[in-house]
Amino acid sequence: MLAVDTVSTAYGAVQALREVSITVAQGEIVTLVGANGAGKSTLLMTICGDPRARSGRVVFEDRDITALPTHEIMRLGLAQVPEGRRVFPRMSVMENLLMGAQVARHDPAPLLRQVFALFPRLEERQSQRGGTLSGGEQQMLAIGRALMSKPRLLLLDEPSLGLAPLIVRQIFAAIRELNEKEGLTVLLVEQNAYQALRLAHRGYVLVNGRITLAGSGRELLAMPEVRDAYLGGGH
Amino acid sequence: MAYALQQLINGVSLGMIYGLIAVGYTMVYGIIGMINFAHGDIFMIGAFVALISVVMFVSGGIMEGPAAILLVLLISMCITALYGWTVERVAYRPLRGSFRLAPLISAIGMSIVLQNYVQVAQGARVKPIDAMLPGGVTIVEHQSFVVQFSYMQMLIITVTLAVLAIFTWLVTRTPLGRAMRACEQDRKMAALLGIDTDRTISLTFVIGAALAAVAGTMFLLRYGVIDFYIGFLAGVKAFTAAVLGGIGSLPGAVLGGLLIGLIETFWSAYFSVQYKDVAAFSILAITLIFMPTGLLGRAEVEKV
Repeated sequence: MLAVDTVSTAYGAVQALREVSITVAQGEIVTLVGANGAGKSTLLMTICGDPRARSGRVVFEDRDITALPTHEIMRLGLAQVPEGRRVFPRMSVMENLLMGAQVARHDPAPLLRQVFALFPRLEERQSQRGGTLSGGEQQMLAIGRALMSKPRLLLLDEPSLGLAPLIVRQIFAAIRELNEKEGLTVLLVEQNAYQALRLAHRGYVLVNGRITLAGSGRELLAMPEVRDAYLGGGH
Repeated sequence: MAYALQQLINGVSLGMIYGLIAVGYTMVYGIIGMINFAHGDIFMIGAFVALISVVMFVSGGIMEGPAAILLVLLISMCITALYGWTVERVAYRPLRGSFRLAPLISAIGMSIVLQNYVQVAQGARVKPIDAMLPGGVTIVEHQSFVVQFSYMQMLIITVTLAVLAIFTWLVTRTPLGRAMRACEQDRKMAALLGIDTDRTISLTFVIGAALAAVAGTMFLLRYGVIDFYIGFLAGVKAFTAAVLGGIGSLPGAVLGGLLIGLIETFWSAYFSVQYKDVAAFSILAITLIFMPTGLLGRAEVEKV
């Protein structure tokens, strides 16, 4: 479904990704783990065309999207929950959700019901401003907003960042449910490697802008180098 | 009392014009964070397009009365909107992503270009038109002092309120308005939701220019004389209004416009006409000392 083929990206003179290649197949949950600054978020943003890849190709559903502007890429059936959530602070929860369906051609009402069923908290707060929500609620809103475009591929950037363990579990359960029931394909970036690898079918390890390891979630969890580097040896 | 009432009427109708221009400043500031210094000259273009239409339709004897005014207004809005779009396209869009001051300098350049273009194309002389809507209603007659609410002032207030009502509906209720607010709050995120942010920014300029055209037309009809230089002072005043109301805030721009109009009018009436601009700018300075973000502006504190 998605193929990133030897992509390199740079911010000015700083090389952020070096010949990264990953694939995501229909119906999969794939996770990218790696330390802070390894280039995980940059990879998600490069898929969305901002920043643009310096070299290599990004192909989504057999279409080369490397050179497309961001807004055109996002209309093809991808949605991203970006780093830092980026909820519109001075819009109500409802308006934030409607923004997710802004350029879609479908009726937003059934999707809205689906999002509210997944995150009942959002329904309670629908007229509250995005900026006044708690961190966990903002994360739910960011995911809900992404789902409103009815994406086939969801790019999730650190959904667990800064959240209480209970909410993290809720969010991971929601991702699994979407994947199993709706067949949603997910590319998940996480620092919380243990939970991400348990959830994912496959994973990649990114170190300094390079893919160093790849394998199924279980295989990666068992590898000593992964355990030492990202799981703190314990668990 | 009667005298003050007359000043109130004058001040509100002047303030409405400032408010309409101020909305354009504040909108552009909100969405791309730059002060569009050419906006005052877009107002001037609006007044000139209206002047040319008046000469074509009314002085030619083809039309007259309210229908003619409406037609002149629509022509001015359409053509001025085209100017607004072009200015953004030519002078600002190529500089997006450049350093922060670049579009600002480009805006000052654009302001000079527009002034000189009109000066060359239309001549430097002051251009008068005949009053299109003479007369008015006498509200009070107090010892030989007559309080008059002229038809022209009524028209300015009605048209401005109608235009602002439509504009408010557009921004708060329609998908386009939602996209504009999304670009204002987080442009990168808006793009990630499939919004064509360049197009949204263009439309912001188009709407701002159309509002300035309404102001320009009203200015022409009310005062009857314009020249290529009217955009400068009106622009500075409207910018002051936008800052006073809190730059980035749309209701603030209208409120600021009304206040500047009232301050100027009352100062001229009770103190001295020469110092009216000093009064307006002093009030701005004093307000900013105590409320640095303006009357309705918000401090940039956001939860992370």
